[in-house]
Amino acid sequence: MLTRLLVSGLFAGAAAGLIAALLQLYFVQPVLLHAELYESGELVHFGAEAVSTHQDLGGIDPLRDGLSVVFTMLTYTGYAFILLAGMAVAEMRGAVITGRSGLIWGLAGFVAFHFAPGFSLSPEVPGVAAADVFARQVWWWATVLSAGVGLWLIAFGRNWLAWGIAAILLLAPHVIGAPEPDTFTGPVPTEIGALFASRAFGVGMVAWMLLGCFAGYFWQREGARIDATQAA
Amino acid sequence: MTTQTAKTTLSATKIVSLAFAAVLGVAIISITGHVQAGALHDAAHDVRHATGFPCH
Repeated sequence: MLTRLLVSGLFAGAAAGLIAALLQLYFVQPVLLHAELYESGELVHFGAEAVSTHQDLGGIDPLRDGLSVVFTMLTYTGYAFILLAGMAVAEMRGAVITGRSGLIWGLAGFVAFHFAPGFSLSPEVPGVAAADVFARQVWWWATVLSAGVGLWLIAFGRNWLAWGIAAILLLAPHVIGAPEPDTFTGPVPTEIGALFASRAFGVGMVAWMLLGCFAGYFWQREGARIDATQAA
Repeated sequence: MTTQTAKTTLSATKIVSLAFAAVLGVAIISITGHVQAGALHDAAHDVRHATGFPCH
Protein backbone atom coordinates (compact mmCIF):
# COMPACT_ATOMS: atom_id res chain seq x y z
CA MET A 1 0.00 0.00 0.00
CA LEU A 2 2.67 2.49 1.04
CA THR A 3 4.94 1.50 -1.86
CA ARG A 4 2.04 1.84 -4.27
CA LEU A 5 1.18 5.31 -2.90
CA LEU A 6 4.78 6.55 -2.97
CA VAL A 7 5.72 5.14 -6.38
CA SER A 8 2.53 6.41 -8.07
CA GLY A 9 2.94 9.78 -6.35
CA LEU A 10 6.56 10.19 -7.41
CA PHE A 11 5.86 9.33 -11.05
CA ALA A 12 2.70 11.42 -11.30
CA GLY A 13 4.16 14.36 -9.37
CA ALA A 14 7.40 14.44 -11.36
CA ALA A 15 5.62 14.21 -14.72
CA ALA A 16 2.89 16.76 -13.96
CA GLY A 17 5.38 18.99 -12.11
CA LEU A 18 7.76 19.06 -15.07
CA ILE A 19 4.95 20.03 -17.45
CA ALA A 20 3.70 22.62 -14.93
CA ALA A 21 7.22 24.07 -14.65
CA LEU A 22 7.65 24.36 -18.42
CA LEU A 23 4.23 25.98 -18.82
CA GLN A 24 5.01 28.38 -15.98
CA LEU A 25 8.39 29.31 -17.45
CA TYR A 26 6.81 30.06 -20.80
CA PHE A 27 3.54 31.69 -19.79
CA VAL A 28 3.93 32.98 -16.22
CA GLN A 29 7.61 33.81 -15.73
CA PRO A 30 7.77 36.60 -18.37
CA VAL A 31 4.81 38.31 -16.68
CA LEU A 32 6.53 37.97 -13.29
CA LEU A 33 9.81 39.37 -14.63
CA HIS A 34 7.93 42.25 -16.22
CA ALA A 35 6.27 43.01 -12.87
CA GLU A 36 9.66 42.92 -11.13
CA LEU A 37 10.85 45.79 -13.34
CA TYR A 38 8.13 47.89 -11.69
CA GLU A 39 8.73 46.38 -8.22
CA SER A 40 12.42 47.37 -8.39
CA GLY A 41 11.56 50.86 -9.64
CA GLU A 42 13.37 50.35 -12.94
CA LEU A 43 10.08 51.16 -14.64
CA VAL A 44 7.57 53.60 -13.15
CA HIS A 45 3.86 53.32 -13.86
CA PHE A 46 2.22 56.76 -14.39
CA GLY A 47 5.62 58.44 -14.24
CA ALA A 48 6.63 61.46 -16.29
CA GLU A 49 6.95 59.41 -19.46
CA ALA A 50 4.75 56.68 -20.91
CA VAL A 51 6.41 53.25 -20.57
CA SER A 52 6.46 50.79 -23.47
CA THR A 53 4.71 47.48 -22.83
CA HIS A 54 7.57 45.75 -24.64
CA GLN A 55 10.54 45.26 -22.35
CA ASP A 56 13.68 43.15 -22.44
CA LEU A 57 12.95 40.52 -19.81
CA GLY A 58 16.31 38.77 -19.89
CA GLY A 59 15.25 35.32 -21.12
CA ILE A 60 16.24 32.13 -19.36
CA ASP A 61 18.31 32.29 -16.15
CA PRO A 62 19.68 28.72 -15.73
CA LEU A 63 20.08 28.75 -11.92
CA ARG A 64 16.89 30.64 -11.11
CA ASP A 65 14.73 28.77 -13.62
CA GLY A 66 16.38 25.44 -12.82
CA LEU A 67 15.48 25.89 -9.16
CA SER A 68 11.93 26.76 -10.21
CA VAL A 69 11.68 23.48 -12.16
CA VAL A 70 12.94 21.48 -9.15
CA PHE A 71 10.59 23.22 -6.70
CA THR A 72 7.59 22.88 -9.02
CA MET A 73 8.23 19.14 -9.40
CA LEU A 74 8.55 18.82 -5.62
CA THR A 75 5.37 20.79 -5.02
CA TYR A 76 3.37 18.66 -7.44
CA THR A 77 4.80 15.50 -5.85
CA GLY A 78 3.49 16.78 -2.52
CA TYR A 79 0.08 17.40 -4.10
CA ALA A 80 0.22 13.88 -5.62
CA PHE A 81 0.73 12.17 -2.25
CA ILE A 82 -2.30 13.95 -0.77
CA LEU A 83 -4.42 13.32 -3.90
CA LEU A 84 -3.48 9.63 -3.95
CA ALA A 85 -4.30 9.19 -0.26
CA GLY A 86 -7.77 10.52 -1.12
CA MET A 87 -8.05 8.30 -4.20
CA ALA A 88 -7.05 5.22 -2.19
CA VAL A 89 -9.70 5.91 0.46
CA ALA A 90 -12.33 6.43 -2.25
CA GLU A 91 -11.29 3.18 -3.95
CA MET A 92 -11.74 1.25 -0.69
CA ARG A 93 -15.25 2.67 -0.55
CA GLY A 94 -16.01 1.45 -4.08
CA ALA A 95 -14.92 4.28 -6.39
CA VAL A 96 -13.12 3.38 -9.63
CA ILE A 97 -9.75 5.12 -9.98
CA THR A 98 -8.31 5.33 -13.49
CA GLY A 99 -6.44 7.86 -15.57
CA ARG A 100 -9.76 9.06 -16.95
CA SER A 101 -11.55 9.43 -13.63
CA GLY A 102 -8.31 11.02 -12.40
CA LEU A 103 -9.04 14.04 -14.60
CA ILE A 104 -11.95 15.06 -12.39
CA TRP A 105 -9.89 14.35 -9.25
CA GLY A 106 -7.27 16.69 -10.67
CA LEU A 107 -9.84 19.39 -11.38
CA ALA A 108 -11.15 19.06 -7.82
CA GLY A 109 -7.58 19.23 -6.51
CA PHE A 110 -7.02 22.42 -8.49
CA VAL A 111 -10.14 23.94 -6.96
CA ALA A 112 -9.13 22.92 -3.42
CA PHE A 113 -5.42 23.82 -3.53
CA HIS A 114 -5.27 26.65 -6.02
CA PHE A 115 -8.58 28.19 -7.00
CA ALA A 116 -10.33 28.27 -3.61
CA PRO A 117 -7.51 30.08 -1.75
CA GLY A 118 -6.86 32.19 -4.87
CA PHE A 119 -10.50 33.29 -5.03
CA SER A 120 -9.85 35.65 -2.10
CA LEU A 121 -6.03 35.72 -2.02
CA SER A 122 -5.43 36.21 -5.74
CA PRO A 123 -2.09 35.04 -7.17
CA GLU A 124 0.22 37.96 -6.44
CA VAL A 125 2.72 39.55 -8.76
CA PRO A 126 5.87 40.66 -6.91
CA GLY A 127 5.49 44.06 -5.31
CA VAL A 128 1.80 43.99 -4.40
CA ALA A 129 0.58 45.09 -1.01
CA ALA A 130 -0.43 42.17 1.19
CA ALA A 131 -1.26 41.40 4.80
CA ASP A 132 1.15 39.61 7.16
CA VAL A 133 2.46 36.48 5.45
CA PHE A 134 1.82 34.19 8.44
CA ALA A 135 -1.82 35.25 8.68
CA ARG A 136 -2.25 34.60 4.96
CA GLN A 137 -0.63 31.18 5.26
CA VAL A 138 -2.98 30.19 8.08
CA TRP A 139 -5.94 31.37 6.02
CA TRP A 140 -4.54 29.54 2.96
CA TRP A 141 -4.28 26.19 4.77
CA ALA A 142 -7.69 26.60 6.43
CA THR A 143 -9.28 27.37 3.06
CA VAL A 144 -7.59 24.42 1.32
CA LEU A 145 -8.75 22.07 4.08
CA SER A 146 -12.26 23.48 4.10
CA ALA A 147 -12.60 23.37 0.29
CA GLY A 148 -11.11 19.86 0.15
CA VAL A 149 -13.57 18.48 2.70
CA GLY A 150 -16.39 20.39 0.98
CA LEU A 151 -15.61 18.87 -2.42
CA TRP A 152 -15.30 15.40 -0.88
CA LEU A 153 -18.78 15.80 0.65
CA ILE A 154 -20.23 16.91 -2.69
CA ALA A 155 -18.69 13.91 -4.47
CA PHE A 156 -19.37 11.23 -1.87
CA GLY A 157 -22.13 12.67 0.34
CA ARG A 158 -25.52 11.02 -0.07
CA ASN A 159 -27.97 13.52 1.31
CA TRP A 160 -28.77 17.20 1.53
CA LEU A 161 -27.19 17.51 4.97
CA ALA A 162 -23.78 16.54 3.51
CA TRP A 163 -24.24 18.83 0.50
CA GLY A 164 -25.41 21.69 2.70
CA ILE A 165 -22.33 21.34 4.92
CA ALA A 166 -20.23 21.23 1.73
CA ALA A 167 -21.67 24.53 0.52
CA ILE A 168 -20.97 26.14 3.91
CA LEU A 169 -17.39 24.83 3.91
CA LEU A 170 -16.77 26.16 0.41
CA LEU A 171 -18.28 29.58 1.14
CA ALA A 172 -17.17 30.21 4.74
CA PRO A 173 -13.50 31.19 4.14
CA HIS A 174 -14.57 33.84 1.64
CA VAL A 175 -17.47 35.14 3.72
CA ILE A 176 -15.13 35.42 6.73
CA GLY A 177 -12.58 36.97 4.39
CA ALA A 178 -8.86 36.62 3.76
CA PRO A 179 -6.29 38.80 5.53
CA GLU A 180 -6.06 42.05 3.56
CA PRO A 181 -3.51 44.87 3.56
CA ASP A 182 -4.44 48.21 5.16
CA THR A 183 -3.39 50.19 2.09
CA PHE A 184 -2.71 49.38 -1.55
CA THR A 185 0.87 50.19 -2.53
CA GLY A 186 1.47 48.03 -5.60
CA PRO A 187 3.56 49.81 -8.26
CA VAL A 188 2.74 47.25 -10.98
CA PRO A 189 0.20 48.12 -13.74
CA THR A 190 -3.13 46.34 -13.24
CA GLU A 191 -2.84 44.86 -16.73
CA ILE A 192 0.23 42.89 -15.66
CA GLY A 193 -1.36 41.83 -12.35
CA ALA A 194 -4.52 40.61 -14.08
CA LEU A 195 -2.60 38.67 -16.74
CA PHE A 196 -0.43 37.12 -14.03
CA ALA A 197 -3.45 35.90 -12.07
CA SER A 198 -5.23 34.41 -15.07
CA ARG A 199 -2.04 32.75 -16.35
CA ALA A 200 -1.27 31.31 -12.90
CA PHE A 201 -4.79 29.86 -12.64
CA GLY A 202 -4.73 28.54 -16.22
CA VAL A 203 -1.40 26.78 -15.87
CA GLY A 204 -2.46 25.48 -12.44
CA MET A 205 -5.65 23.98 -13.84
CA VAL A 206 -3.90 22.22 -16.72
CA ALA A 207 -1.15 20.90 -14.46
CA TRP A 208 -3.58 19.68 -11.81
CA MET A 209 -5.78 17.87 -14.35
CA LEU A 210 -2.68 16.15 -15.73
CA LEU A 211 -1.61 15.34 -12.16
CA GLY A 212 -4.98 13.70 -11.47
CA CYS A 213 -4.84 11.76 -14.74
CA PHE A 214 -1.26 10.56 -14.13
CA ALA A 215 -1.99 9.73 -10.47
CA GLY A 216 -5.01 7.61 -11.46
CA TYR A 217 -3.04 5.91 -14.22
CA PHE A 218 0.02 5.08 -12.10
CA TRP A 219 -2.18 4.00 -9.18
CA GLN A 220 -3.89 1.45 -11.47
CA ARG A 221 -0.62 0.33 -13.03
CA GLU A 222 1.20 -0.08 -9.71
CA GLY A 223 -1.81 -1.99 -8.33
CA ALA A 224 -1.77 -4.38 -11.30
CA ARG A 225 2.00 -4.82 -10.98
CA ILE A 226 1.81 -5.59 -7.26
CA ASP A 227 -1.08 -8.04 -7.82
CA ALA A 228 0.95 -9.79 -10.55
CA THR A 229 4.01 -10.04 -8.28
CA GLN A 230 1.95 -11.49 -5.44
CA ALA A 231 0.20 -14.00 -7.71
CA ALA A 232 3.52 -15.20 -9.15
CA MET B 1 -10.20 -16.41 12.94
CA THR B 2 -6.87 -16.19 11.17
CA THR B 3 -8.50 -14.26 8.31
CA GLN B 4 -10.04 -11.84 10.80
CA THR B 5 -6.64 -11.06 12.33
CA ALA B 6 -5.04 -10.64 8.91
CA LYS B 7 -7.77 -8.22 7.86
CA THR B 8 -7.44 -6.10 10.99
CA THR B 9 -3.65 -5.91 10.62
CA LEU B 10 -4.02 -5.02 6.96
CA SER B 11 -6.39 -2.14 7.59
CA ALA B 12 -4.15 -0.77 10.35
CA THR B 13 -1.23 -0.85 7.91
CA LYS B 14 -3.42 0.86 5.33
CA ILE B 15 -4.39 3.64 7.70
CA VAL B 16 -0.75 4.24 8.65
CA SER B 17 0.25 4.23 4.96
CA LEU B 18 -2.49 6.68 4.00
CA ALA B 19 -1.68 8.98 6.89
CA PHE B 20 2.03 8.82 6.07
CA ALA B 21 1.45 9.72 2.40
CA ALA B 22 -0.84 12.61 3.33
CA VAL B 23 1.51 13.98 6.02
CA LEU B 24 4.48 13.65 3.65
CA GLY B 25 2.53 15.59 1.02
CA VAL B 26 1.67 18.37 3.48
CA ALA B 27 5.31 18.50 4.66
CA ILE B 28 6.62 18.84 1.10
CA ILE B 29 4.14 21.61 0.27
CA SER B 30 5.02 23.40 3.51
CA ILE B 31 8.70 23.34 2.62
CA THR B 32 8.36 24.32 -1.04
CA GLY B 33 5.52 26.76 -0.51
CA HIS B 34 5.46 28.18 2.99
CA VAL B 35 8.68 28.08 5.03
CA GLN B 36 10.05 31.63 5.10
CA ALA B 37 13.76 30.81 5.64
CA GLY B 38 15.81 33.11 3.40
CA ALA B 39 17.58 30.72 1.03
CA LEU B 40 14.50 28.51 0.65
CA HIS B 41 12.29 31.51 0.01
CA ASP B 42 14.63 32.85 -2.68
CA ALA B 43 15.00 29.48 -4.41
CA ALA B 44 11.27 28.83 -4.46
CA HIS B 45 10.26 32.46 -5.01
CA ASP B 46 8.99 32.28 -8.59
CA VAL B 47 7.20 28.99 -7.98
CA ARG B 48 5.43 30.38 -4.93
CA HIS B 49 4.12 33.32 -6.92
CA ALA B 50 3.13 31.21 -9.92
CA THR B 51 1.45 28.54 -7.76
CA GLY B 52 -0.52 31.04 -5.69
CA PHE B 53 1.14 30.44 -2.32
CA PRO B 54 1.28 33.45 0.00
CA CYS B 55 4.79 34.84 -0.58
CA HIS B 56 6.75 37.59 1.30
